[in-house]
Amino acid sequence: MRDDVVILGAAETEEVGRLPETSTLELHVQSARRALADAGLGLHQIDGIATVSTGGPGPVAVAHALGITPTYVDGTSVGGSSFLFHVRHAVAAIRAGHATAVLITHGESGRSRVGAAPWARQPDSSMAQFEMPYGVLGPPTTFTIPALRFLQETGNTLEHLAEVAVAQRRWSSRNSRAMYRDEVTVDEVLGARMVAWPFTLLMCCLVTDGGGALVVTSREFAEAHGSDLPLVNVAGTGEAATTPMVSQMEDMSTCRQFTLSSQAAFREAGMGPSDIDHLMIYDAFAHVPLYGLEDMGFVGRGESGAFVAEGNTSPGGSLPMNTNGGGLSYTHTGMYGMFAIQESVRQLRGQAEAQVDDVETSLVLGNGGMFMSAATLVLTRG
Amino acid sequence: MPITDTKPRADVADRFVPKASPETRPFWDGTAAGELRIQSCTDCDRPFFYPRSSCPRCGGEALEWITCSGRASLYSYVISQRPAPGFEPPTVIAVVELEEGPRMMTNIVGVPPEPQFLPLDLPLQVTFEQRGDLAIPVFEPSESEVAR
Ligand SMILES: [Zn+2]
Repeated sequence: MRDDVVILGAAETEEVGRLPETSTLELHVQSARRALADAGLGLHQIDGIATVSTGGPGPVAVAHALGITPTYVDGTSVGGSSFLFHVRHAVAAIRAGHATAVLITHGESGRSRVGAAPWARQPDSSMAQFEMPYGVLGPPTTFTIPALRFLQETGNTLEHLAEVAVAQRRWSSRNSRAMYRDEVTVDEVLGARMVAWPFTLLMCCLVTDGGGALVVTSREFAEAHGSDLPLVNVAGTGEAATTPMVSQMEDMSTCRQFTLSSQAAFREAGMGPSDIDHLMIYDAFAHVPLYGLEDMGFVGRGESGAFVAEGNTSPGGSLPMNTNGGGLSYTHTGMYGMFAIQESVRQLRGQAEAQVDDVETSLVLGNGGMFMSAATLVLTRG
Repeated sequence: MPITDTKPRADVADRFVPKASPETRPFWDGTAAGELRIQSCTDCDRPFFYPRSSCPRCGGEALEWITCSGRASLYSYVISQRPAPGFEPPTVIAVVELEEGPRMMTNIVGVPPEPQFLPLDLPLQVTFEQRGDLAIPVFEPSESEVAR
């Protein structure tokens, strides 16, 4: 296990949810300031910046708005897991001596659309020609398409999809920052308004405003210059990408990039699923955590639904998962990956609202696009 | 239609019309002629979709266009309740597996948009929906299924 690069600072915007008075750029700036304060660093100590380069202000605008002149810039833009990619790249850059302290920012006015770029795609792009003609309206009608094949091939059921939403409400009911906090039953989830059968509204993620930022640096620099907050080791990382179009997934009953990115992260950390105390799986929709549990090897094929239904991922369970309430109940700006990392850091520091006892290791699995890309972080305390 | 009925009606003319790109033009020429044409690699003898300039399997650049049988099976789908422009929900948004192997996104038409009529692996047949200058491939249950 490597422990030479750490997450020194981590913070979200003061509020997440409905923020119609805050622009996209300001969400980046606000979360960055809070993460710097958390790290105990000043602007002049940051020499690296990373954020997604499309659909938002991008790394140059964010650095300039803050007053930073970076000499390491990463604009990797592969959907909602981009921030996990940024962590991985920052670790490599720090080890290579290309950067000392990298600030990774996210801000998105997903709900209020203040200062946000319009969603547009060229009509002669591949997606426009071969997916958009069929009445798809973003993730709820495309990300969801693989689920029926997954259920049929694995033997998981519709009730299991609902159990994911039920388990995550148990967590969000303990989290005052979560947008949805009332516990729900399987019947209530299945009986909620239908969005795209078999997905009801309660199996689909929220749409919110918010932001978050991280400061990644060497252990040596953190101990010499940083705050006294507990450090979080970046013990292992992985990344992978497959197809830009969900219709071209190789096999809709499994997500290959979840497996590839997690195998790389486990290998680097010298760990396996049984070493993980706490788990965050990017849950844009209720089926994604089931894929994640199976494709990363936490359970066998076809066992994820029963594993969740038996309470293993719920409060008091053997593998607490999505303990902020996840994208289904906590917050989902459109690029949720940053919030999954933030919750892992909080759990490892012992700062979470729904704190799990004795979290020494936490794994974050990020999804990008609609089963397009993935990245994995294995984080450890200390 | 009674004058009190102000519910907006879905009009196929409002549906999204994509634009062919140079490398996809033969595909759209095919649909205009009532044929589903995809590419196949002459090196590894594998058909693939979507159109591009090299084989995604072996990297080969010696490609040919083949005309599909139009037969396919239902691979996975959702029944969307969201009102996309020109669509009156519920809409079946599906991925089908062509008899030749590749998969494509499409709509399933000619069958009630309810799960009991849409078992996975249901045999399907291509048909085309004229939209602007382009004919969009959609699928309906194959005739042998309808006759059952
Ligand atoms: Zn080939």
